[in-house]
Amino acid sequence: MSVMTTGVSPHIRSGRTTQSIMLDVIIALCPALIASVVIYGFRALLLTCISVAACVLLEFVWEKAMKKPVTIGDLSAVVTGMLLAFNVPVGMPIWELLVGDIAAIILVKMLFGGLGCNFMNPALVGRIVIMFSFTTDMTTYAVPRVAGAIVSGGVDAVSTATPLTMMDQLTWGNFTQLLLGAHGGVIGEVCAAALILGGIYLIIRKVIKPIIPLCYLGSLLLFSWLFGGVQPVLSLFAGGVLLGAIFMATDYVTSPFTNLGKVIFGCGCGFITAAIRVFGNYAEGVTFAILLMNILVPYINDLTMTKPLGGEASK
Amino acid sequence: MSIRLLHGVHVPHRKNTAESVPTRMPPPALVTIPMSMNIGRPATPVVKVGDEVKVGQCIGEAGGFVSSPVYSGVSGKVKKIDKMLLFHGAVCDAVVIETDGAQTPYEGLAAPAVTDFDSFIDAVRASGVVGLGGAGFPTSVKLKVDPDKVDYICVNGAECEPYITADTRTMLDDAETLVDGVELLHGYYPKAKVIIGIENNKPQCVKKLEGLLSGKAYAAVNALPALYPQGGEKVLIHNTTGRIVPEGKLPIDVGCIVINTSTLVALTRYIRTGMPLVEKYVTVDGSAVKNPQNVIVPIGTSIHDVVEFTGGYKCEPKKIVLGGPMMGVSVPDDSEVVVKNTGAILCFDEHDAVLPEPSNCIRCGRCIDACPLNLMPTEIEHAYAAGDAVRLGKLKVNLCMECGCCAFACPAHRRLVECNKLSKAMLNKYNAQQKAEAERKAAAAAAKKEKEASAV
Repeated sequence: MSVMTTGVSPHIRSGRTTQSIMLDVIIALCPALIASVVIYGFRALLLTCISVAACVLLEFVWEKAMKKPVTIGDLSAVVTGMLLAFNVPVGMPIWELLVGDIAAIILVKMLFGGLGCNFMNPALVGRIVIMFSFTTDMTTYAVPRVAGAIVSGGVDAVSTATPLTMMDQLTWGNFTQLLLGAHGGVIGEVCAAALILGGIYLIIRKVIKPIIPLCYLGSLLLFSWLFGGVQPVLSLFAGGVLLGAIFMATDYVTSPFTNLGKVIFGCGCGFITAAIRVFGNYAEGVTFAILLMNILVPYINDLTMTKPLGGEASK
Repeated sequence: MSIRLLHGVHVPHRKNTAESVPTRMPPPALVTIPMSMNIGRPATPVVKVGDEVKVGQCIGEAGGFVSSPVYSGVSGKVKKIDKMLLFHGAVCDAVVIETDGAQTPYEGLAAPAVTDFDSFIDAVRASGVVGLGGAGFPTSVKLKVDPDKVDYICVNGAECEPYITADTRTMLDDAETLVDGVELLHGYYPKAKVIIGIENNKPQCVKKLEGLLSGKAYAAVNALPALYPQGGEKVLIHNTTGRIVPEGKLPIDVGCIVINTSTLVALTRYIRTGMPLVEKYVTVDGSAVKNPQNVIVPIGTSIHDVVEFTGGYKCEPKKIVLGGPMMGVSVPDDSEVVVKNTGAILCFDEHDAVLPEPSNCIRCGRCIDACPLNLMPTEIEHAYAAGDAVRLGKLKVNLCMECGCCAFACPAHRRLVECNKLSKAMLNKYNAQQKAEAERKAAAAAAKKEKEASAV
């Protein structure tokens, strides 16, 4: 009789793997990618592919150099690469995007120990690095190629404003354009309908719970209205809120474990986003909101520890 | 009363053998009966080498209060009495019997005289019955409580583990004995409501027992959702009665007794016929088994002999599990024997035997959502890695029943149950050290006080 395998129970597994979860996220991002190609042309696809390749390669090279097991098979680097590309305008020079990839993968993810060990969302930190390093390129939004796009006063033929910077000019008549993405913005954020579609897919596949996105959007709406923001309802569909709420704020590693924790996290994101949008110098506040809340996650987790069944008997 | 069900996981059912009526296997050439098949003290052998033994004859007497006698399930001659290494690492005596194949029943077999509560408990003790669901706790100890304190007796027919159908067959084929047992319990615990909890993936059992129990106001069948682990003691109590067993307490502290269906049938059979626990319904299944089926196995039969009886292995087994795949124990080889609380023998091929390697925790929280007791396995893992026993205490790792939901659900294949076991040991060690330290300080303080007093 040959040598038996032994080990601690359980002897079966659910079949859900990190890889399959990441693959679901990639699938959920595809509608937004397709929409961006329709709206901005093939350069959107090119940037995304380059960013993905760079992230995967960086992780691979780092792990080889550090003599660690190679983990690119878990597809998390692909997700980071896609999300970072989704956060830049279509005209972004490629090398500037690569700077963001390096910041995301090396600085935020690998230096802290790889997947699951980072305390901030890698793609968002990558975005911030690009934002501060190359502000002009980062805020030069291309005019959508689709007919009937929202363009501010024809000031500039090459770069246009995003709906967020011209919120006072928009009306409910522009809602369809916002939903379909016929306006200026970064690659992944423009088509609200595609992002919502991806979010529904993630919820159906039980990759995410709807708590964080709903609390985020709900509290953003509430606080925008309280703070006297322009067009609070319409502004939910403008800028990076949907991309952030569905794909960035729900990142497992940098969001709380429990449902109550997720409520606090989502509401906090909405509050900070509203505050920045209404009172701050930036038109957009999603990135900072999520990153600030990322930092609070360990504290939220400690505050919202579960109550073990029967555990209250002792002190 | 509506009860909010505890969390759990949807495990695959794989009840391939639900239709398989157990067949009694002929006695193997040799049986090895360990004297330790229960929680508590092992039994003491009362036979000598060369003795003739018969079916139902006592070969080991209970070695203490928390102990249980052992009977032979075969007739034959005692070949040797040996030390045996049990798969969990302990060593105990084992009686090895060379069978004669005649299966002659012991002439001393007679139904015990049960007239009152004390004689009932004595009979339960003499039946050799222990918790057959897996725990192996002597049933007489569990039942020896003030009957007035018992509000509920939960009969555990959940059988929530994949593959196993031994209890399913017990509920179908021994339904009359089971109902007799329910009446017996009602007689000695008249204030208690008897609830038979069965997962709703066994509608045939629910239907059959509901039919037999109709008109008995003190008994009911509760069809539970097929969400693992309904059969966990605390989970069953909560989901059938709404009561919560507090930390460090027993079910009886909240007025509940949990007893497995097979356990109840075995002790009822002894009280009615005098035949003690000598054989078991065992489900033989898994990807390395040719003909999955239920078998009636004399206690002490080796896994090898049981599988051979069913038709042998389909391919070379790479992992053999005694019990279900969620909580069962993987054994080093197929010479291990069937004991009182063995409900299944699962043999897996290479594909099923090798589990995926763990990768980094992605902090998805699936383990927390899966835990029936609301523990936080990922946080426990972090605290264990940091050697933080105080935090382990706060996280209540000591409550963990090792049901395996967390590790089953984990997409990173973390060894969470293993970590919880180690964490419990770390916490126990820390608590013992704290206690010793406190005692030392108290002794030092007392000595100092005495010295001061004498100085004055």
